[in-house]
Amino acid sequence: MTKQRSLHDLTIVEAGARLRSGQITAVELLDSVIDRAHKTEAQVHAYLTLDREGARLAAEAADEAMAAGDDKGPLHGIPIAVKDNMCTRGVETTAASQILAGYVPPYDAHVVTRLHEAGAVIVGKTNLDEFAMGSSTENSAYGPSFNPWDISRVPGGSSGGSAVAVAAGSALGALGSDTGGSIRQPASLTGIVGVKPTYGTVSRYGLIAFASSLDQIGPLSKSVTDAALTLQTVWGHDPLDATSYSGEYPDLLAGLDAGVDGLRVGVVEEFAGEGYEPAVEEAMMTMLDRLAGAGAKVVQVSLPTVDIALSAYYLVAPAEASANLARFDGIRYGHRAAGATTEALMARTRAEGFGPEVTRRVLLGTYALSAGYHDAFYGQAQRVRAALRDEFGLAYEKVDVLVSPTSPTVAFRAGDKVDDPLSMYLTDICTNPLNLVGHPGISVPVDVDEQNLPVGFQVMAPALGESVMFRVAAEVERLAEFSSSPVLEEVAE
Amino acid sequence: MRAWEPVIGIEVHVELMTNSKMFCGCAVSFGDEPNTNVCPVCLGLPGALPVPNRKALDWILAIGLALNCEISERSVFHRKNYFYPDLPKNYQISQFDVPVCREGHLDVVVDSETRRIGIERAHMEEDTGKSIHVGVGGRIHAAESTLLDFNRSGVPLVEIVSHPDIRSAAEARVYAQELRALVAELGVSDARLEEGSIRFDANVSVRPEGQVEYGTKVEIKNMNSFRSLERAIAYEIDRQIEVLESGGNLVQETRHWDEEAAVTHSMRTKEGSSDYRYFTEPDLVPMYMDPSWVETVRSGLPELPAARRARYVETGLDVDQAGVLSDAPAALRAVYDKAVIAGAPAKSAVNWLTGEVTAWMRRTGTDPEAISLTGPQLAELVVLVDEGTISASAAKEVLEGVLSGEGDPRQVAESRDLVQISDTSALNSAVEEALAANPDAVANYRAGETKVVGFLVGQVMRATQGKADPKVVNELLTAKLDG
Amino acid sequence: MPVEIDIAHVARLARLDLSEEELETYKTQLGAILDHAARVQSLEGEPEVEASHPLKFENAYREDEIRPSLDRDEVLNSAPEAVDGYFAVPPTMEGE
Repeated sequence: MTKQRSLHDLTIVEAGARLRSGQITAVELLDSVIDRAHKTEAQVHAYLTLDREGARLAAEAADEAMAAGDDKGPLHGIPIAVKDNMCTRGVETTAASQILAGYVPPYDAHVVTRLHEAGAVIVGKTNLDEFAMGSSTENSAYGPSFNPWDISRVPGGSSGGSAVAVAAGSALGALGSDTGGSIRQPASLTGIVGVKPTYGTVSRYGLIAFASSLDQIGPLSKSVTDAALTLQTVWGHDPLDATSYSGEYPDLLAGLDAGVDGLRVGVVEEFAGEGYEPAVEEAMMTMLDRLAGAGAKVVQVSLPTVDIALSAYYLVAPAEASANLARFDGIRYGHRAAGATTEALMARTRAEGFGPEVTRRVLLGTYALSAGYHDAFYGQAQRVRAALRDEFGLAYEKVDVLVSPTSPTVAFRAGDKVDDPLSMYLTDICTNPLNLVGHPGISVPVDVDEQNLPVGFQVMAPALGESVMFRVAAEVERLAEFSSSPVLEEVAE
Repeated sequence: MRAWEPVIGIEVHVELMTNSKMFCGCAVSFGDEPNTNVCPVCLGLPGALPVPNRKALDWILAIGLALNCEISERSVFHRKNYFYPDLPKNYQISQFDVPVCREGHLDVVVDSETRRIGIERAHMEEDTGKSIHVGVGGRIHAAESTLLDFNRSGVPLVEIVSHPDIRSAAEARVYAQELRALVAELGVSDARLEEGSIRFDANVSVRPEGQVEYGTKVEIKNMNSFRSLERAIAYEIDRQIEVLESGGNLVQETRHWDEEAAVTHSMRTKEGSSDYRYFTEPDLVPMYMDPSWVETVRSGLPELPAARRARYVETGLDVDQAGVLSDAPAALRAVYDKAVIAGAPAKSAVNWLTGEVTAWMRRTGTDPEAISLTGPQLAELVVLVDEGTISASAAKEVLEGVLSGEGDPRQVAESRDLVQISDTSALNSAVEEALAANPDAVANYRAGETKVVGFLVGQVMRATQGKADPKVVNELLTAKLDG
Repeated sequence: MPVEIDIAHVARLARLDLSEEELETYKTQLGAILDHAARVQSLEGEPEVEASHPLKFENAYREDEIRPSLDRDEVLNSAPEAVDGYFAVPPTMEGE
């Protein structure tokens, strides 16, 4: 007997169609999602804040608007989760840190405003690695999140909570942020779609900054089309973000069905070999064969500089973070420790409020910028970025997109890597180069391994190349026929 | 006794009076209730981002051009990282190695001599909030606390750094005043030292005359008036010389000027010098100040003090007079310009304006813009005196009449019966009478006491109710006495 | 390339009040990470570094217009301590 699909299992496209045909209401949709959350949160802990009241009001308003003929677009009435490093006015925003426990922002992030304007229903704020620093969501000060495919394993990070909500069905879509792979890697580990768009296309106003020149907000969703619709809803020029792109934005939907015939696909040589699980490499090979079969010209491409990209990332990101996190000092908001002088107060507040990973990176970043070391570390890392950008540029003269596994491994067990920072950092090896150069990337689930753990396939494109990227991703999705789902027991609260 | 040469550089911070702050839309306004002009950006809330104010950039360009600087075609912002409670992000957005303006100069006049002070750079940054230190009563151990107001946080600030070209405390004061006048003239800042919208720090060192290497540099802060600037620097120069002459060593440090005690105090030295860990601001993009932008700003510049002084010198004033006139209100300067065009001799015109006219304005509480004296009228007044129609003392009265709206100088002189009698035929009888009435004086004159003419002139003046032209009277008397 | 880190100095710069033990731990961890990060020095050549932004932006400004400020009550709600409209903190010792 086929299981009746619950509303929370629908994609955004499917739910949107039913809302418009009057089959369902936004309130019903939300109720299904909230119900699902109640039954899964004890096991997966996707959310830090479930905003039942706010979501209800938004769902009711969405129904009213729709009935009155005011159709706000593809996200109208759709329950969306937002990573807790994006400011939501009146709703606690913690960046999963003790230092912001109880902090309620007086303003909305730009993307949150865009969601409201689009009639979306914000379900709540999802868990993350503290200040987005991590690859497993184990660095959250409020407890980790767990992978719906196997709750003894991590969902990846830092947007682990958002990925889990989508994978578990306690949101139809979510927003995350990606600084070194923090959307794509958890998407890969939880079997969903995750997109990091071109740097500058989604406003960072209201995103609690980790590394300013690397951070980008993007969608996590169940399908490539859902991701495209979500991205289109939140991207665009924002005058409150000076790094916001003000030119023409790519069309994401037009080429989704165009297939890959005649497209040149470059396989990044360096993203294979030692450290890559067999299942991951096999899934890669299978998909490449299918792409070739569908008319793509598949070639090997070498980007030798990616070998030191992660090293550059671990200088640039902490350096910028050390300055971005300097504002957390107990003076104007957040946690404040005791102190007889402001100097003592600040130092104690920060020591008490930051977890070990954050402390590590702030120290690292401060060091990399300090007198005498600046040029050898931070300065040199910037040069690596420039070289990498040149290398990608040369590659794109020969291919239309680049591809790789999203992550060298499937979801690892909770606790496996927490004591070994370097091994944790290496999980971002395939994703971080795109942040360094500002190019877009998407992870599409393609297969599961023998343990029913998902494998993700990454498609990369040049800056503002989202059209061809989504086009290839849609074909990958079709060719993969990924139909597995996590077996997650519902546990009554 | 060895001769010492003071070497002084001045750092100026100028608050720009734009409508809104440097990186956000909060109002730039003073005296408002604390923390009422704040937003996520200038409060350093999580997630906030800066966006530069274009007008502030127009204005730093204006300052740089007025200071004869080279404009960097491309410049960037940097983060200057340090922790302080009034600095919300615990970094200041500033500029490090690519400031907007570089290598300019300001000419100042000190003791009638023009000195060129080099400007190393002018860059754009943001101001901090304000801290107020208070004692809190009612607690068991009445500890002090600090109160923070972020209304000022994010106000656009231009930092102007001179080369160490200044050689005396007096010169430093003139430089500071000149710079202040310049930014006020440009209309970019209130530039009020007492209010803090312009702030000066000095770097002072001394070296034996003739030595090329610089001595130990000491930074002086907390000079809140031009007078205290001069006093503080003078004090510091003397202090340094005294230390060195007694065989001691100077410490490179920051010292605080204590106006009451009239000394500089050492401030607590921090461990080592600050490591600001500058890096390019990743939340902002580079600025490209293309030639057409710069030209637009340049063509909009008003006449600046130095150019104005030069122009006045060309009209016939000496350097000091040109300086005095340059500092006079615009309305008076406009009268001067028109008076000179109407033919008035430059020096007379300036003397009248900065002397009697200004005194009259003060006495009557009249604003310069409201005076009714035109350039041609002033020219006419001068002519009347020069041609002897009115005496110099009568001229003051005539001026008053003109200023009171009674009409042109000639009209006023006539209606107030101040026209001198200079016609010799008219004066002859009075002269004859005076001579006749004072035979002793005549005799004394002829005996060699020529000075007695003055007495006789006085007699004629009395007889003519002061209306006789004393020069003509003198000539007539002398002629008759000699003849 | 092993690097000698003055971890106490770095912690001071970063305003982190850490114990001796914590400092030692972080020093070791940082050493390992920096060994890996130092691989950036193997880059050949000296490419010209432009700004970080991949789309080569310049001149993003705003006009000099006043926008509404925040409501002070909402602002001070988040303040750990506020007095008469000010943020209150203990005294500050060092000058800057």
